Amino acid sequence: VDQLIQYVISALSLGGLYALMALGLVIVYGILRLVNFAYGELIMVAGYGLLLFGRSPLPWIIVAILSVIAAVIAGVGMERIAFRPVRNTSPTTMLITSFAVSNLLQNIALLTISPRPRAPRLPDLFIKNVEIGNVSVKIVDVVGLVVSLFALGVLTVFLRRTIIGLSLRAAADDFTMTRLVGVRANRVIAAAFAVSGFMAGIVALFWIGRTGQVWPAVGLQPVLIAFIASVVGGMETLKGAVLGGYVLGFLTMGLQTWLPQGVNNYRDAVMFGIVIIVLLIRPQGLVRPLYSREAR
Amino acid sequence: VTASSVSANLLRRLSTPVILIGLMALIGLLTRARGDVVFERVVTVMFIDLLLAVALQMFMGNSGLGSFGQYAFVAVGAYGSIWFSLTQKQKRVALPDMPKDWWLYQQHQGFVVSIVLGALIATALGAAIGAAFIRLRGASFTIATFAFLIVVNRVALQWQEVTRGARTVLGIPKYTGLWTAFIWAAVAVAVAFAFKESSIGLKLRASREDEDAAASLGINASLVRWLAWVLSVFFSGLGGGLWAHFIQTFSPNNFYIHETFLIVAMLIIGGPRSVSGAVVGAIAVALTSEELRQLENWVNIQRSTETSFGRLIPFQLVGFTEIVVAVAMIVVLIVRPSGLTGGREIVWPAGGPRRWRQRRRVPAEIGPSAEPSS
Repeated sequence: VDQLIQYVISALSLGGLYALMALGLVIVYGILRLVNFAYGELIMVAGYGLLLFGRSPLPWIIVAILSVIAAVIAGVGMERIAFRPVRNTSPTTMLITSFAVSNLLQNIALLTISPRPRAPRLPDLFIKNVEIGNVSVKIVDVVGLVVSLFALGVLTVFLRRTIIGLSLRAAADDFTMTRLVGVRANRVIAAAFAVSGFMAGIVALFWIGRTGQVWPAVGLQPVLIAFIASVVGGMETLKGAVLGGYVLGFLTMGLQTWLPQGVNNYRDAVMFGIVIIVLLIRPQGLVRPLYSREAR
Repeated sequence: VTASSVSANLLRRLSTPVILIGLMALIGLLTRARGDVVFERVVTVMFIDLLLAVALQMFMGNSGLGSFGQYAFVAVGAYGSIWFSLTQKQKRVALPDMPKDWWLYQQHQGFVVSIVLGALIATALGAAIGAAFIRLRGASFTIATFAFLIVVNRVALQWQEVTRGARTVLGIPKYTGLWTAFIWAAVAVAVAFAFKESSIGLKLRASREDEDAAASLGINASLVRWLAWVLSVFFSGLGGGLWAHFIQTFSPNNFYIHETFLIVAMLIIGGPRSVSGAVVGAIAVALTSEELRQLENWVNIQRSTETSFGRLIPFQLVGFTEIVVAVAMIVVLIVRPSGLTGGREIVWPAGGPRRWRQRRRVPAEIGPSAEPSS
């Protein structure tokens, strides 16, 4: 039972992290049909934020907030510079544009910072364990669990209770109609990228907290996970992204805990195999959108 | 329409592959004349990249679907070709984990047979996976191909027996030279052109523009799409075999995201809708990258020798070339989404050079041409 509790806490924490990753991707996709490859580079920006701001004597929590803000700014800037001009083209063109943006940002980091991994200053909570009853749990898992639930809660309130949140949800359902009733397209899309950057920033804190290092390609693994989670859960709905994230979290921890080591080496291959299979047999994912739309 | 105008039209269209291959041959000859061994290596790689860009064009340009998965087949083609081209003695060094009693271990074929066999293995895999993928549309298709690239990479990194895992394979004989690469690239250009102009290519391009309208004319979009995919996969695999026997040592991570990006960039910058676009893009990107790489090296040497100029640049120039390529690609996508060639083929001007300017502008980008914005 102890092992099971440990598993559930780790899986919930990881699933929450994955859900945030997927949400950041889906909130943009829902409105623009843009699968943002450069989402991982927002995580990288926040990671280098931790490194750079961490050199100052500021307390870590301020450093973390500044890093998240950096990711938000990068997200909005990315939209303004690269994605707005190609907004009315085909989804494939936008996807390729984001591929180029992703490569660009990675290489800028490579050129101006370092190709080698760097270790930002991190608080103790990322390495310590805590005893709950007689179960030893990593503090980072508990904090991650709390923060991811908190972030999901904040996002829910934001999407349901504020005007910009409401227009985001409306735009995700039917962008043309939303614009017809007078919602400004540029503002909604910028807001979507800001939320995406915020998610990336939060994810970065815990992702880099887990690995302890930041390097130019640090965003690749998270963006791949976000792909899988959102494809499995459903690219069209935010609920799908959250569900996909948690399903993937439980699956990953499950495979890690109970799969023999030899097979575990193929874990990524198995995961992406699952993506392909889901795309083929249930292209809309686990959660179908409210209004089914012509697939483009 | 008179008979003579029809034949003149045909001649004009046929001038495209002749001009393109002529241009490539000219580059090859100039390279040979220059006699610089390093530069010859650059141009050889350029021909292989050009072949891969043209292979990608066969599918992407005609179908309007984006693929990030072609390098998976380049990898299969590369490993597949060395399974056949190496002697048992060479396999003991290059692929020490392959069991001695395997049928594959005992094979030894000539170079051309080997790279074609490698390409056919890639094609078999591609045909199977493509039959499933072809039902997907738009971004889902691209994501699926990308997922496939990752699956192949991970499997290649683990499957010691056939790839030596993450370690590099060594001691592959060098068969690919400047002219070998040129000939295969020229074949690819000719095939890509013939395919585009064939009835299958025409049907595919029609289904790209409007799938429903094409279906109403009795066009089976999935079938023609699949055929283009299989053709593209075959040439991608072939490029892998050629590259393997040029570079002589490689590992699974030589066939991954960075390489995919370069080929996609070539096609996008040149213009995905035409074979000329793939050729022009590949040449432009390859030669620009080479110049930039030399600049990078020069600056880094200046820095290490502590000249006053070197101190002006505070960091090692790494990744500068990729930055320029990525920026060029984004600028092209924004300013001229149909690429440098504008989605047209380079043809011999009818009625002399004065007619160049009067040609019709064709709106072209990736995906359907005219899509109502929503």
